[in-house]
Parts: sequence; C-alpha cells; structure tokens
Amino acid sequence: MPDTLLFAMEATLNGLTAGVMYALVALGFVLIFKASGIFNFAQGVMALFAALTLVGFQSGQIPFSHLINAMFGTRLHHFGWNMPTLLAIPATVVVMILLAILVERFILKHLVNQEPIILFMATIGLAYFLEGVGDIMWGAEVKALDVGLPKGMSMAVDEMTFNWFGYGFYIDRLELWAAGIAAILVASLTIFSQYTKQGRALRAVADDHQAALSVGVSLRFIWVLTWSIAGIVALVAGIMWGSKSGVQFSLSLIALKALPVLILGGFTSIPGAIVGGLIIGVGEKLFDFFMQPIIGGATENWFAYMLALVFLLFRPQGLFGERIIERV
Amino acid sequence: MRDTATDEGYVTADGRKIGGVAMEMKNITLRFGGVVAIKDISFDIRWGEVRAIIGPNGAGKSSMLNVISGFYHPQEGEVIYKGYRRPKMRPYQVARTGIARTFQNIALFEGMSVLDNIMTGRLHHMSANLFQQAFWLGKASREEHENREKVEKIIDFLEIQHIRKTPVARLPYGLKKRVELARALAAEPSILLLDEPMAGMNVEEKEDMSRFILDVNDEFGTTTVLIEHDMGVVMDLSDRVVVMDYGKKIGDGTPDEVRNNEEVIKAYLGVAHD
Repeated sequence: MPDTLLFAMEATLNGLTAGVMYALVALGFVLIFKASGIFNFAQGVMALFAALTLVGFQSGQIPFSHLINAMFGTRLHHFGWNMPTLLAIPATVVVMILLAILVERFILKHLVNQEPIILFMATIGLAYFLEGVGDIMWGAEVKALDVGLPKGMSMAVDEMTFNWFGYGFYIDRLELWAAGIAAILVASLTIFSQYTKQGRALRAVADDHQAALSVGVSLRFIWVLTWSIAGIVALVAGIMWGSKSGVQFSLSLIALKALPVLILGGFTSIPGAIVGGLIIGVGEKLFDFFMQPIIGGATENWFAYMLALVFLLFRPQGLFGERIIERV
Repeated sequence: MRDTATDEGYVTADGRKIGGVAMEMKNITLRFGGVVAIKDISFDIRWGEVRAIIGPNGAGKSSMLNVISGFYHPQEGEVIYKGYRRPKMRPYQVARTGIARTFQNIALFEGMSVLDNIMTGRLHHMSANLFQQAFWLGKASREEHENREKVEKIIDFLEIQHIRKTPVARLPYGLKKRVELARALAAEPSILLLDEPMAGMNVEEKEDMSRFILDVNDEFGTTTVLIEHDMGVVMDLSDRVVVMDYGKKIGDGTPDEVRNNEEVIKAYLGVAHD
C-alpha cells in the first residue's frame, strides 16, 4: 500500500476521534436549542466552569479563596484534602444542576415569550458572567485535569495496524475513550427523549409552549431539566478537553468550533451533532494533509467555517435538521 | 333555566341525564389595562352537558375559556370547581386537575407524529419516576402500554388510524383539528374545552366534527364547553348556551330559550348599541 494512502487513513482516524470531541460540545447546544429554541452561547463556558469546579473539588481548593483573602486578610488556599474522582464528579454534577436552577430562576423565568434573539443575548451575558465567576471562584491559572482516563498512544491500535499495513497508526487513547463515552451519552439521551415521560414533555415544550401547558407540562421544570442535562454534557466535554489540553480559559472558545458542527448537522438533531462533528474532524485533518504542501499549514483554523459557509448555501437546515415544511 | 334545573341536574329532551354543577363561574371580571374583556359574568357548567358559549367576534368568549383553563386570571370573581373555590393556578396546574382544551389557532406539536401528539395528552397520567424510566423498570413499561392502549382507543374512535404515524405538520387543517381533539380526550378530562372547534372548516368537516363532539359526550359522558360563533351549529349541539356580547352576558338557557331572547337577536342582527 502506498505511503500517502496510509498517512491519509491515519489522518482520517485522527479526524474521527477529534470530531467526537467537537461533537461533545455541539451536543450541549443541540439539547438546549431543541428544548427552548435558545442558542446557548454560554455552552462553552459551562464546559470550562464544570472542568474548573471538578479540578477544584479534586484538589480540595477553597472556592472564592482569593476574594475571602482580599476581604479579610486571611491566607486560605486549600482544605488540605484531595477528593477522589468518583466523589468529585457527582459533586460537580450537583453544582451544574444548581446552576441550571439559578439560570431558570434569574434569567429564563423573566424572559418567557421573548424573541429568540433576546434570549440569545441573555446567554451571551451569562457566558461572561460565568467566566468571571469561574475566575473568582477557582482562580485563573492553567490546571491539569486527571480523572484517571488513559492518555498517550494506543499500543493496541499501533500494533494492529502495524501487523496489517506494516505501519503503526498513532491514535490517542484519550480520544478513543471520548468516542466510547460520547456513544453512550448519545444513546442514553436518545432513549431518554424518545421513550420517557420527561423526554416526551421536553419535546413537547420544544415544539409549542402553549400546547405543552395545556397538556399539563410545567415549562419551568422542563427548562431546569434541560439546562441540567446540558450542564452534565458540558461536564463531560469539559473533562475530555481538560484532560487533553489542561483546564484553561481558552477552553470556552471551543464553543466557536461547535458552530460549524451545528450548521452541518442541524441545530435540532442529536445524531446530527455527532455526524457533523465527525465530518468537521475528518475534513479538517484530510484537508490539512492534502493541502498543506500547497498552501501551507494552519488550515484547521478556518476550514470548518468555510465548510459551514458552503453548507449554508445548499442546505441551510443542516444534514439532519427538520425539513422546513410550510403549507401555503 | 334555573327553575327547571335542580341541584341534582335535569333530563334533556333526548333523554340524557345531566348531573349537578361541575363548575361555577361567579361574577368574573377580566380587564386588560383599561379594556374590560369580561364584565361581571356568572354561569355554571353541569356534569355531562354540552355547554356552549356564543357571541359575535370580540365578545370575550375566548377570554372566558382562557379564564377556565388558567391562561388568564380574572381581576374579580371566583371559579368554583368540584365544589371548591379554585385558587390562582398556572395553566399546567389547571390541566392536571382534569381540564383539557383545544385552541382556536391549533396548537399541536408540529414536529411530532400524530401518535406522539396524542400520547402527550397522557403525560400527567404517568407517575413512574425518572429512575424507573431510565432503566425501563416494570412500572414504566406497564404505564407506557396502558397509556398506549387508551390512546389507540381514542384514535379508533376519532377515525384517524390511517394518519397515526404522519408528522402533524403534513396534515390538512380539518384533520389537525381532529388530532387536537384527540390529544385533549387522551387526558380523560373531567371538562373538555373546545375553542371554535369548527372554525375554518367546510360543511362536511363541520358535520364530522359535530358528530364527534356528540359521540364523545355520549360515549364517555365528557362535560364539554365549546365556543362557536356559527349559531346554527351550536343550537344543534348544545344543551345550554351562554350568549356574550361586548364582555357581558346577554342570555343563558336552552337553545330555544336563547333563540327567542330579544337581546340575543339584537346582538346577532347587528342592532345599534347605545
């Protein structure tokens, strides 16, 4: 087999696993968009906030310690214990659910029946607010996140491909895990929304508020539920990205990469978010692989957006978005 | 009407037995800023009857229905339901007390199939918790099957078997109205509120809908409150009629009584108001 083909195959595999990471972020957007028609600009910051909180819990950091020290002249930093990961993750989930309740109480409740653009603006505000809170609460330095997921080259894949092709592929084990976790996440979300009472209520709210009320669905409960689930998805994304590149404030920018994924997959489709993520991941890697010799590197910075632009021209609702049916 | 109706109810001309008072509206006044939509209106709804609220456009009929279903809250007056004064409730809470409704401008879940739409009508009949549902434990799957059976019965009853898997957005107007009725019925309501169930329909569709409303009342004994401005349809359907005009009640009684009411004739013939 020619080397170029092998390298292209490796790039494709790497693209697939990278795509899963994008899809994880996009998933959170889709959930909230489906349930409330809000494009939640704060999703990326939620992932950052969840990761910060997780690291904070793990290392026994005292929240708001800088603030407390500045106000009272104390010298607090850490509780002095390390929380095991298995305890820290549920604790972070609780924080994300609390966040969902606060968002509903202080933002969404007051914006019922407002234009989507107003809700969108509110989430921009939320994003900056949450970023600030994360900073004050846990500090701004870059932190390493280790939840015990394996990292580095997967020897199994390397060996297997070496035996087949005489060339070992480099695949990060963390990204393989991310793929597995994303699959479980999507499967359970799909089952939840299709076959449970709350899932059906969620779809009802997404479709028509008034009609949902008339069949006895509480909008406020469903919103808290949706934002909680989005918070948990953000935590998963935060764990994956945090393990990969450290927990830092630039993490909130991965939200921007989710945008082309959503345009490809459709804003309302959970499978779309996954497939969109994979296409962007693979497209990015392959484009870089073939075009680098011609136009130089760093194509990954803009390729996704260009692809999204082309998509908008030909299929604005995305691959899996609901067809826009209009009876005239 | 009061003189012929005792507290235990009355018997209609076609021999159906109407029960006691299910809901009583007492001196309801509803204002939007300076506009008075409903002015001091009282009437009652009895178990098992088809009660119509009629009146010209802008008379306040829909507002009255929205008061009953909790979408609007009157500034004055009380709603007595099943013998108790109803506190201020949100629409979803009212729905859970057994009051189902349809809307004048159909409010269906357009993206869902007909079957899924009707299943949402049964949401508050499901009590399995999230955990049981997550793992599809006994109670959750049993509930789903029971609910599915009830829904299938309603689908048969309203003759919409052929479209059960169709996304609602693809249906023509008349069928959408029928699906909305099915969803309301799926809740097994104590009181069914229909906001202009026949608006915008052709003669044939109107006849079908009338038949379904009567059949539902016959078969399930559902107390039905409906709004219409087509006098002819209402008179054939209903046991008692409230007539509204400019937010006031101008008539209340059997279709015959109402038809001969001078105020009502004025309102409908468009005699000038003073």
